Amino acid sequence: MNSIIQYFKEIIQGVGSLLKGMRVTNRYFFSPGKIVTQKYPNNRKDLVMFERFKGEVVMPHNESNEHKCTGCGICEINCPNGTIEVISKTIITEDGKKKRVIDKHIYRLGMCTFCALCVKTCPSNALAFSQEFEHAVFNRALLIKTLNKPGSQLMKGVE
Amino acid sequence: MLLNTISNALSTLSEPWWKIFYDFSSLTQAIDEGLRSSLSPFWAVTIEMLIIGVVFLLFYALIGLFLVIAERKVCAFIQNRLGPNRIGPYGLFQTIADLVKLLFKELIPIKNADGFLFNLAPYIVIIVNFMVLAALPYGKGLHAIDFNIGIFYVIAVSSMSVIGVLLAGWSSNSKYSLIGAMRSGAQIVSYELSIGLAIITVVVLAGSMQLSEIVEAQRTGWFIFKGHVPAFLAFIIYIIAGTAETNRGPFDMAEAESELTAGYHTEYSGIKFAFFYLAEYINMFIVAAVAATLFLGGWMPFHVGNWEGFNRIMDFIPPFFWFFGKTFFVIYLIMLFKWTFPRLRIDQLLTLEWKYLLPINLVNVLIMAFLVLMGWHF
Amino acid sequence: MEEIIKEVVIDEQEEYTINMGPQHPSTHGVLRLVVSLKGEIVKNIEPHIGYIHRGIEKMCESITYPQIIHLTDRMDYLSAAINNEAVCLAVEKALEVEIPDRIKIIRTIISELTRIQSHQLFWASYGMDMGGQTCFFYGLRDREKVLDIFEETTGGRMIVSYNCPGGLMYDIHPNFQKRVKEFIKYFRGVLWEYDAILSGNVIFRERTIGIGRLKLEDAISYGITGPSGRASGFSCDIRKQEPYSAYDRVKFNEVLYTEGDTYHRYLARIEEMRESMNIIDQLIDNIPEGPYFVKMKPVIKLPEGEYFQRVETARGELDVFIKSDGNKNPYRVKFRSPNFVNLGVLNHISKDFKIADLIAIAGSLDFVIPDIDR
Repeated sequence: MNSIIQYFKEIIQGVGSLLKGMRVTNRYFFSPGKIVTQKYPNNRKDLVMFERFKGEVVMPHNESNEHKCTGCGICEINCPNGTIEVISKTIITEDGKKKRVIDKHIYRLGMCTFCALCVKTCPSNALAFSQEFEHAVFNRALLIKTLNKPGSQLMKGVE
Repeated sequence: MLLNTISNALSTLSEPWWKIFYDFSSLTQAIDEGLRSSLSPFWAVTIEMLIIGVVFLLFYALIGLFLVIAERKVCAFIQNRLGPNRIGPYGLFQTIADLVKLLFKELIPIKNADGFLFNLAPYIVIIVNFMVLAALPYGKGLHAIDFNIGIFYVIAVSSMSVIGVLLAGWSSNSKYSLIGAMRSGAQIVSYELSIGLAIITVVVLAGSMQLSEIVEAQRTGWFIFKGHVPAFLAFIIYIIAGTAETNRGPFDMAEAESELTAGYHTEYSGIKFAFFYLAEYINMFIVAAVAATLFLGGWMPFHVGNWEGFNRIMDFIPPFFWFFGKTFFVIYLIMLFKWTFPRLRIDQLLTLEWKYLLPINLVNVLIMAFLVLMGWHF
Repeated sequence: MEEIIKEVVIDEQEEYTINMGPQHPSTHGVLRLVVSLKGEIVKNIEPHIGYIHRGIEKMCESITYPQIIHLTDRMDYLSAAINNEAVCLAVEKALEVEIPDRIKIIRTIISELTRIQSHQLFWASYGMDMGGQTCFFYGLRDREKVLDIFEETTGGRMIVSYNCPGGLMYDIHPNFQKRVKEFIKYFRGVLWEYDAILSGNVIFRERTIGIGRLKLEDAISYGITGPSGRASGFSCDIRKQEPYSAYDRVKFNEVLYTEGDTYHRYLARIEEMRESMNIIDQLIDNIPEGPYFVKMKPVIKLPEGEYFQRVETARGELDVFIKSDGNKNPYRVKFRSPNFVNLGVLNHISKDFKIADLIAIAGSLDFVIPDIDR
């Protein structure tokens, strides 16, 4: 007799637990307000990333095409993957002194692991992360970027 | 000439065109008479068959494509997603695009597969579907063939689709496929019993196996209300067993994505895979349609005792829509099962059938027979 | 000789092998299991690993200590911040740096958030392994909120690289405390759904209770740690045994069960989410002001010697062993990754169960394949 009661008890409990689950899913079906999907390529214009988002490493330039990179190469030393290569050249300044400035600051996006060591260790805060995250390109060569813009110069007052 | 006869037949209809939705028999009769008056009986029947065949072919494709998008949308809303939303308004043409893609895909030949059986399997599954679809009453007068053993025919034929599944698993020369097919075999063989007994409960109540008579018997009230608790239990058992028979979650052991990758159709590609995929959805439609016909009154509108006004309003909705409304309600239930529950294990599946559904079902039939004998139903 | 050949042939007729993976939907990555089956009964499992081996330990020998951090993210990517912490603690221990409370507390909060998001993903993917795909989306929906918190503060979602020797990479974002509190409130409100859909479901309970039972002595001898070990009654929570960071100042329960079956391994993780929320509750309002890093030398050189640190990741005990010869690079680094050890018990506990149970058992051990292969 006990086993029969147990049998029906099991059925009722089982069906009850199933209905409990169905209540949750059914409620979500009838509450479209809870949809969390973002229509990504359509909302590109008003998509705001967090300010610290690590998109890619960039070198901010001001209006007169000046950057802060002194070409010291600390970022290159700190990079664990050899992503960064600083090619510097020596120029003679107006007052006749020899000075080392960067020729090219090469950044290989394909190798970057976004560890942020370069940005954090840069003594003159010349590097930053941008919010850009659409990195896909058809040609691998396009992933090798030169961060300093052509014709750019070292900002005044940065040594 | 054919078009002429049809248009003539249409013009002889005395009622306005929208009346057709309430009773299709005048339309079908008019076509029949028109054809017979201008052709020999043999050709008339042949052309009628052709028309029915083409209509069913279109219906099959439409309902299959619609159910695929419906399922994707339903599961998306359940899961707080939007679902397909790229092609067409609200992504409604997504399945058509998918179909086109599947049509163009390469049919990959399987090494050491049994070629003939491999190709035969989707064919069997599809044919079985068609045979069942023909016997369902879709609306008043919209009934391709009205057997006097209609419901028996439906369960007899629909259980044959397991042969297609077994062949697919056997001929694919893949262990995953074979395990899936064997599971499916065990599953369908045992759940046929429950489906059969649940249907017998209704047959006892209706006193007939003819689908049109079963529907007609529900003019005064649907069987699920008429038959008290036993009918309701039979409905629940039918839904569970029907879900199991269509190989859908939580009974999708034959496919069991996380265990057997894709089960019996692992090795199928392109349009052959699409056939299996479509067949699964049509099977679901068939199960839901039979449930609607047997328990929810088929195309009969919802009537409450002697509320004349209410009944009049319900009658205003064409029977055709009643049928599809009920069917889609049952389909929604089946979808809700799939998207809520985790999958059973094969031995639990059989335990559920042999230790729970079958004994309850047997007692249920007995109670129903007793009720009918004493005339205690409505 | 003939007899032996005959035996092999008979064996092959009775048992057959299938390859689960490396591209199988429920191995969560590139784990390959060669499973011997008799009908549907699992007879033997041979895990083949190494499909995503990157040689992290060897790579560590040629880079400096701050650079090691970003590699540890990529071992167990679901407990990235905890892995970071392990290396940082080992380096700080070696240098005998005193870490201020602020850093300790922030590290603890981030670690517990990491644990929560890892268990959320476990719940999500476990539901999917069991065939309930809706769980996957509910789990990810809630996990997204933790990832947003991470993204706002650390700039990364999974691969956070947040700790560095001597402190943190960035200070917490001004919104951090508010967002964490919002998340805790939200998550307490939806956790009952997890129970309604999966834990309480009769199908799920039938499929998991009593399946893949791991005895306490086996758990100890196989070295199964983390929630999987604690479900067998093995009290192995490093947060209790050897408290690091701020774990010595919070009150929380070590989730312990004695059954050791698949269901309790699952339940242990669900309960751990609740405990993690309790820990965060105690700390989130008590973050003292102060600097977020200790000034270190530009080039960190560990004194010669061997250093060892244990931490509790979301999956078990992660041990870091560093042998230094006084250079800026370690001489040898060894990680004792919990997943690698936990994988070893799979064959032992899933023998004589069905294929479906194998999926359930493997899922309940919660593998992260890159952590196995490293």
